Amino acid sequence: MRELIIIGGGPAGMTAAVYTARKRIDALLLSKDIGGQVLTTTGVENYMGYQYIEGFELMQKFEEQVKLFPLEKKIGQGVAGLSQLDAGFEVTIDNGESHQAKAVIVATGKRPRPLNVPGEEQLRGRGVTYCAICDGPLFTGQKVAVIGGGNSALEAADDMVKIAQYVYLVSLTPFTGDRILIDKVRDASNLTAFLEHEVVAIEGESRVEAIAIRDLKSGEENRLQVGGVFIEIGLIPNSELASGIARLNELGEIEVNYANETGIPGLFAAGDVTNVLEKQIVVAAGEGAKASLQAHKYIQRL
Amino acid sequence: MSAREVKVYSTPTCPWCRKVKQFFEDNGIEYKDFNVAEDSAAREEMINKCKQLAVPTICIDGEVIVGFNEAQLKEKLGL
Repeated sequence: MRELIIIGGGPAGMTAAVYTARKRIDALLLSKDIGGQVLTTTGVENYMGYQYIEGFELMQKFEEQVKLFPLEKKIGQGVAGLSQLDAGFEVTIDNGESHQAKAVIVATGKRPRPLNVPGEEQLRGRGVTYCAICDGPLFTGQKVAVIGGGNSALEAADDMVKIAQYVYLVSLTPFTGDRILIDKVRDASNLTAFLEHEVVAIEGESRVEAIAIRDLKSGEENRLQVGGVFIEIGLIPNSELASGIARLNELGEIEVNYANETGIPGLFAAGDVTNVLEKQIVVAAGEGAKASLQAHKYIQRL
Repeated sequence: MSAREVKVYSTPTCPWCRKVKQFFEDNGIEYKDFNVAEDSAAREEMINKCKQLAVPTICIDGEVIVGFNEAQLKEKLGL
């Protein structure tokens, strides 16, 4: 049985990996990918030491630093399950392998929140997208819908008015993003906002053809012909593997104390998957460091 | 390995596309890159032949993989 398994390859997991390797803990880093949510962040201007760096480059630098240490890694497989043993934990990965350790740090981050409407799953990758900076250019000259009212949705809408023929912005609530972005979107001549509207369905056979929306006040339904739907309605924590073991809060985040302890001896959590107050790269990295040091102390005490 | 036909349909702004191309380079896999933000013929090919409207779409000897899935890529390439 190993001493520690770190699950997750974002800022929290990679920082925990470096701290862990420096303590010469017998550890394994398991992750579906390296970089996590930061990969799709265009520019980072608030990670100290860099005035400006692309999210992609910053994660490359994290990865290079992890590679300096002799730490065992398995990247490319998702984690399928986590269970408690008499004296530790067992982690199962997608290819069926299982790994055991005395302690575990869960640093699995967040993923885009789905709308959960008919048509969404079937048309994913066929006009439904959760990555505006990836897929935006595919909809050049077309009509598209952006769903959401926060900063991510407003940024996606602002990008798309420049390349799409027309943009519909559909939000359950009034805009909640920054004033500067709201003004930009309001000024665009090829955008119509449907505020306090919900998406009822995404329609199409092999590709997105339209969305059905409903006015929350009047109940009136409307059908908008679009070729693409950009879903930007926030994030949900990748905490499923810890549910049933650790306590989750009302947002589904793993509840940890100031020492990254979950309340289950040997089970720690760090970064965006937890109830930590701010979801920031610098915070996640710091939380990863804390969790690793606490896990080290825990292992020493055994 | 180089006998395989590996195509990547990508956009310049897509980080996962960079990951895929970096993965191929690190593993010495030759590939053809199509910028579907500009190349409309390639975009049509991606939509019609691969039935995909998302990047990165990877086509290895006609088999389609969407997104950067390292385990799946390794399996298809026998790495």
